[in-house]
Amino acid sequence: MNQSPLLSLDTLACSRGGLIVLAGVSLNIGPGQALILRGPNGSGKTTLLRTIAGLQPPAQGRVATNPDAIAYSAHADGIKGTLSVAENLTFWAGLFGTSSIDAALAAFELNDLKDRRAGALSAGQKRRLGLARLLVTGRPVWALDEPTVSLDQSAVQMFATAVGAHLKQGGAALIATHIDLGLDAETLDVTRFKPDRAQTEAFDEAFL
Amino acid sequence: MIRLLARDLRLAVRAGGGFGLALAFFLIVCVLIPFGVGPSSGILGQIAPGVLWVGALLACLLSLDRIFATDHEDGSLELLATAPLPLEALTLTKAAAHWLTTGLPLTLAAPILALLLNLPMPAYGTLILSLALGTPALSMIGAFGAALTVGLKRGGLLLSLLVLPLYIPTLIFGADAVRRAAEGQGATTPLMLLALITLGSLAILPFAGAAALRMNLR
Repeated sequence: MNQSPLLSLDTLACSRGGLIVLAGVSLNIGPGQALILRGPNGSGKTTLLRTIAGLQPPAQGRVATNPDAIAYSAHADGIKGTLSVAENLTFWAGLFGTSSIDAALAAFELNDLKDRRAGALSAGQKRRLGLARLLVTGRPVWALDEPTVSLDQSAVQMFATAVGAHLKQGGAALIATHIDLGLDAETLDVTRFKPDRAQTEAFDEAFL
Repeated sequence: MIRLLARDLRLAVRAGGGFGLALAFFLIVCVLIPFGVGPSSGILGQIAPGVLWVGALLACLLSLDRIFATDHEDGSLELLATAPLPLEALTLTKAAAHWLTTGLPLTLAAPILALLLNLPMPAYGTLILSLALGTPALSMIGAFGAALTVGLKRGGLLLSLLVLPLYIPTLIFGADAVRRAAEGQGATTPLMLLALITLGSLAILPFAGAAALRMNLR
């Protein structure tokens, strides 16, 4: 691939709670590429995604990307229960400077729920609303943390289709998940980047 | 910013948003004081400026911990932090939303409640003016305090302890302006100092608040 990467990590180390959990992560993701992050609980998937999203600074190394290119999605969906589904989405669309929420509503089959109060949705429906938010951000790189939690089979299919469409449009995705999405994507096992003991101890949080 | 402001205002007036709570609290405090102090109008009129300002300040304090806490609980804060809006603008917007739902209603209600407290007539204009000038500082300082305590469970009490000392200058000049006006003296100096505090906090605290948010989101 000779296109410039949308996201590239250079010997990145991330820490959580003062401990280095990942070290030496180097990778490039270009347009149309998806990368699935795998690894047991506590292996640093969330920490890596948060570092990439710019929520925490890298302990070492570099995240080379346009910070305005990343759409981050966490365990919590950031949904306001007292606003309707459409109001929630319209707010995010406005904040990110995109106009239409129709495509996002259609992609996650939320049209029938549009005027329902988001607080009255089921867990899976809330998740679908949270994922629909990604579509209205209009950002090329999706950094998703366990996006399929509480989704049923057909909703997972909707999500996989949405990611597929996003990749076709030249986007990229970085997905931490435990299930098989059926996407044509590389898989990266983050346990590979577990730092050895000496490296962890040599690092002194006090110097940050 | 406008979008966020509109959303916060909409959330505030929806069920459970807490709009009007501060106002009701202010009302009750100002109604209780005459019962406690007794009906001698001389004393009431003398303490009215202080009571009105302390009441407004405590009412402001009530809703401070919700400025960032609700957004933190449901994950919106992290998503807002990754949105195109800088955190400084976010802090400023949140303070503005807090002022519009708390400070502004308090300012508008104060003259009516001042009647209950027998505030001398010439002080009414100054009362409104001092609250209008001073309450934005209360919201801004409060937003900074809320940003400092955002990740903490039961951060509300800690927030009060942090923020109340910072409210002292605003209270002194605010109450002093009204007192001077009530006694027929010129109130320009305390009002100018009040405006100074507000402008100063509006200029500095969005940055301090954003830095505190960045620390807490890590």
